[in-house]
Amino acid sequence: MARAAVLGRLSWRVAQLAGVRDETATARTLVLEVPDWPGHLPGQHVDVRLTAADGYSTERSYSIASAPDGSRLELTIARLDDDEVSPYLTQVLSPGDPLELRGPIGGYFAWRPADPAPVVLIGGGSGVVPLMAMVRTRIAGLSPAPMRLIYSTRSRGTLLYAAELERIADQHPGLSVNVVYTRAAPPGWHGRAGRLDAMSLAALAGPQDAGAWSFVCGPTSFVENIANLLIDQGLDSRQVKTERFGPSGSGQAEAHDER
Amino acid sequence: MSDSWTDGNSLGGALRDVFSVDVTAAIGRCAGCGRAGPLAEGRVYDHSPGTVLRCPGCGQSLLRLVRGPGRTWLDLRGLEFLELLSPD
Repeated sequence: MARAAVLGRLSWRVAQLAGVRDETATARTLVLEVPDWPGHLPGQHVDVRLTAADGYSTERSYSIASAPDGSRLELTIARLDDDEVSPYLTQVLSPGDPLELRGPIGGYFAWRPADPAPVVLIGGGSGVVPLMAMVRTRIAGLSPAPMRLIYSTRSRGTLLYAAELERIADQHPGLSVNVVYTRAAPPGWHGRAGRLDAMSLAALAGPQDAGAWSFVCGPTSFVENIANLLIDQGLDSRQVKTERFGPSGSGQAEAHDER
Repeated sequence: MSDSWTDGNSLGGALRDVFSVDVTAAIGRCAGCGRAGPLAEGRVYDHSPGTVLRCPGCGQSLLRLVRGPGRTWLDLRGLEFLELLSPD
């Protein structure tokens, strides 16, 4: 699988939308059938290309949300209103429609399930998507590595994969999930709402994780902050992998920023 | 220079148009400051006709990629070397 995922010419393929799942008011999961999909590593992404009738085309990168599963591939798309691609993908594309994509892409922000080292996943907003591919790969029994997901999101209304995360809590030895609500904690929640900072992160990850891989994904400022905190706490910077989405310093980053 | 950037992971697809292996995981050494690290950790500025990857340490341009009809220009003079993993 890993070999297939990194070698060979990368060509555009025509996938077909098999189904959709609405995750929140603004995020939708696309379930795709991709003929001859070579497999992927959790953490990798695809490029999606839309071409208009007049030949104008534009591309976006989206993280893969699903564990490797034959020709089936899931992408979770957050709708950004100032964007020309995500509104189409989340509101117009319908089951049966074709979608052009290429992948899998990326060898850096990719987890190799054969590696038994512990894994700490920290996601901000829709940065949880590639981390969910890792969690799902772990659940699928493709790895025994101890894994912890720390997921920072604004409120219950922006929480992706809510039902699935609740279901997996406590059911998988060696896998834990911590949700951090930054704006509003739901009723009955045991913790207070607030951003991850040095103190709250130290309770969730720290020197005990030396030797672990960590994967940090989210808006640029979130990723910079968390990666620096992890390194301050003694994690090896070479084992802290980062992926930032949305350009920083623009309106898009604000829209992405669901921490 | 615009302050709007993303990271080198986003160059994966465009570089796979040129290289047969993933280059974003390759270690590159900056000719400006000597920092060595995965290209994925660099900063990508793509709001011009081409795409520029800059060193996260010193801002030096590591890689410039310009695509035109039927051809690609690649300027790598900001990189002293690239260390690529070669699968067995």
